[in-house]
Amino acid sequence: MMSNITNEGLILACSAIGAGLAMIAGIGPGIGQGIAAGHGAAAVGRNPGAKGNIMSTMLLGQAVAETTGLYGFAVAIILLFANPLLGKL
Amino acid sequence: MGPGSVFRTVIQASSGDEITFGVDGLIKYELFGQELWITNTHISLLLVVLTLTILALFANRAIKKADPNEVPGTFLNIIEYLVETVDNLTRNNMGDKHFAKFSNYIGTLFAFLLVANLSGLFGLRPPTADYGVTLGLALITFVMIHYNGFKYEKAGHVTKLFQPVLLTPINIIGELATPMSMSLRLFGNILSGTVMMGLLYGLLPKLLQFFIWPIFGGLHVYFDVFSGAIQSYVFCMLTMVFISQCFGEEDA
Repeated sequence: MMSNITNEGLILACSAIGAGLAMIAGIGPGIGQGIAAGHGAAAVGRNPGAKGNIMSTMLLGQAVAETTGLYGFAVAIILLFANPLLGKL
Repeated sequence: MGPGSVFRTVIQASSGDEITFGVDGLIKYELFGQELWITNTHISLLLVVLTLTILALFANRAIKKADPNEVPGTFLNIIEYLVETVDNLTRNNMGDKHFAKFSNYIGTLFAFLLVANLSGLFGLRPPTADYGVTLGLALITFVMIHYNGFKYEKAGHVTKLFQPVLLTPINIIGELATPMSMSLRLFGNILSGTVMMGLLYGLLPKLLQFFIWPIFGGLHVYFDVFSGAIQSYVFCMLTMVFISQCFGEEDA
């Protein structure tokens, strides 16, 4: 049964699984951004006058925290659309 | 089956429509023996730049014709408000002494990124969803960081890399990672929005899409407007923060 699978098909299937696994990297930034947003909300509650500063600091921190997740996303996109493994056949 | 087309094949099998959210070549030409393509990124980039140029021409004419003794009109008011906002943003982040030199670039960058990210709303493929565009912008920032570093810190800009001698490789990697992470952040955010919308449009039949337009509208608001505006803000903010790091304490 397994002999029906071509080399290319095997690589494509494994790449799809690998892309899905790479997106597990999204968990970390999600937690981190949630913590940042929670502390931002607490800070606004304590000092509503500084809302503008808190918002911009929070958004900047969240954007930086997002970087690791986006590295995972870049890996997934490369596996799906510009697969380097297919050239190795 | 072309390389990496497994995703597209799955989507086409489920909808029957040809969906595209990748960079598609339109016209092929050869230059110095290299095979090059005019892609849809170029088209949307051209449209974005054209929009901004026309807006700038109108703004320029409105400001030139402005009479200081009269109440400014709506358009002039909006333009003045935008310029003031960008000036205040740069002043807050870069200090009173240096902001005037950079507010032009930051304003241009922000306007370009905002229009480019919002162009997804008008059916274009956002130019910032192409890594070539974002890497170019991040390299401009990289050059600006180090030009200003050498200008204001002189030799200290190099010696601070060896500050704790043991951490030299990490410092160098950290400097090189700045343009990488900046470009990947913008690229990844915009591309993820484009891919999500492309998948959703490809997944459902046209008639069903027509009936559940509020879902599509809401997702467009999130992926294109919210995410796009935040990312253009963040890109400008990081550019300002990185450049102003080399100004030193007494100047800032």
